[in-house]
Amino acid sequence: MQRDVIMAGFGGQGILLIGKMLAYAGMHAGKEVSWLPSYGPEMRGGTCNCTVVISDQPVGSPVIRSPRAVLAMNLPSLEKFEPNLRPGGLLLINTSLISRGSSRDDLNVVEVPANQIATELGNPRAANMVALGAYLGATDVVDLERVIEVIRETFAGKPALVDLNIEALRRGHQLGAAHKVAEA
Amino acid sequence: MTKKLMKGSEAIGEAAVQSGCKLFFGYPITPQNEIPEYMSMRLPQVGGTFVQAESEVAASNMIYGAAGSGERVMTSSSSPGISLMAEGISYLAGSELPVVIVNIVRAGPGLGGILPSQGDYFQATKGLGHGDFRVLVLAPWSVQEAADLVQDAFDLADYYRNPVMVLGDGLIGQMMEPVEFRSDRTPIKELPPKTWAATGCDGSRPTNIINSLFLDPEELERHNHKLKAKYDRMVADEIRVATYGAEGDFDVLIVAYGTVARVCSTAIDELREEGLRVALLRPITLFPFPYEAVREAAVQARAVLVVELSSGQMIEDVQLALARSRPVHFLNRMGGMLVSPDEVVAKAKAILDGRSAEVFHG
Repeated sequence: MQRDVIMAGFGGQGILLIGKMLAYAGMHAGKEVSWLPSYGPEMRGGTCNCTVVISDQPVGSPVIRSPRAVLAMNLPSLEKFEPNLRPGGLLLINTSLISRGSSRDDLNVVEVPANQIATELGNPRAANMVALGAYLGATDVVDLERVIEVIRETFAGKPALVDLNIEALRRGHQLGAAHKVAEA
Repeated sequence: MTKKLMKGSEAIGEAAVQSGCKLFFGYPITPQNEIPEYMSMRLPQVGGTFVQAESEVAASNMIYGAAGSGERVMTSSSSPGISLMAEGISYLAGSELPVVIVNIVRAGPGLGGILPSQGDYFQATKGLGHGDFRVLVLAPWSVQEAADLVQDAFDLADYYRNPVMVLGDGLIGQMMEPVEFRSDRTPIKELPPKTWAATGCDGSRPTNIINSLFLDPEELERHNHKLKAKYDRMVADEIRVATYGAEGDFDVLIVAYGTVARVCSTAIDELREEGLRVALLRPITLFPFPYEAVREAAVQARAVLVVELSSGQMIEDVQLALARSRPVHFLNRMGGMLVSPDEVVAKAKAILDGRSAEVFHG
């Protein structure tokens, strides 16, 4: 079984980081994984995205044109990747920064006020963790505890951020778990 | 043995270090800058030296000198930079010096763009510089295979006293995948001591001279024959090829290399789910090209599909292999655009339905 997701947002939102953390957690869980960043002539503040594939089999194409899931952290990302989602796929929309809903009626949509939740927790920069948590909650791609381990490793040098990020991940996970999508 | 999640560029750098590479000379160019970045961090830790040269031309001459001392040496670049190194690579081949050259290919011609391409196939396999020479060309399709092939490349370079090129693209360089380095790895060739190296001489042995200048035509022809015999040994002993989905019967044989072959493997899974029998043959060595393996695999198929990120380069070798015994079809993207699994699926179906026209070269 293969799961794949395109995560996209502004440069600086920590998109590539949560993609890497997902890939690490998948690898620790004994899965085959690939993480592919968008690269090209980009400017600071521009859009960035990464594709993560997690599979029981060796990963075939690391480039996914029609993903099973899209995590859109800003409007340009939603506009770019929503049309390519597979029918029945999972669309996570960061409603803190995106004021419109999905323009398709064949998707499973989870609205995540990621920045708002992170701000409530005391640091808006943890919005990416809320979003990652929501993706995990909706899909169960990787066990939450695996990702928490990766958070502890990733932020080992910044202990003050560990609890905040774990809490942000859990809040997102609760939200996503209320919208389970089996095939995404 | 634990797996680490590594970027392709970092895995290539680490593989070189694990192979005993102590010297790296290069000049920055996107999309392979993570390789020199990694080497600049890592080589001082193992007593090696990293030099950012003033140009690719200089870097290619620095690897010439360093390889002449018998040390393991590597450079990396991307397409336009490799063109600048062409002179030095020809001299390396003429002087029979072992080096590993990594080309993370970008789209061309000219400065082109920085996204993935396979437009340097001809350059790598047929004409990497002036004169009459070949280099072994290895094309990985995953980060793990990139790491493995870099380690093999050092052994092959030493064994044949010849440059070896690892040909990847921006996907291989940028992608992160789990990688494992075996601590019990042994060289894939029996490697004699480098008695030819210019290591300083106290008169106890004849002076070693490293040179590619032969003004006497009879002497140069003897040298040319010697080189040709070496390339013939590579053809006889070093061909590497992999297949995917070729265990059972198949109607269409896809030939593709590098990351494009990965895309094709996904397409083959989808086609098989629909009951359509398509298989992949993936050359891992581009020189020597697996002509015989292509010919043998194609016997089973009704048609052959070549998929490339170029206007059509490897397809010429496939057609040479098949000698018009099977119709050859072609699917490609250029300019940094990638072929998608959907495009491969659609093309394979068109071939099976008789809606695709075969292509001819020559």
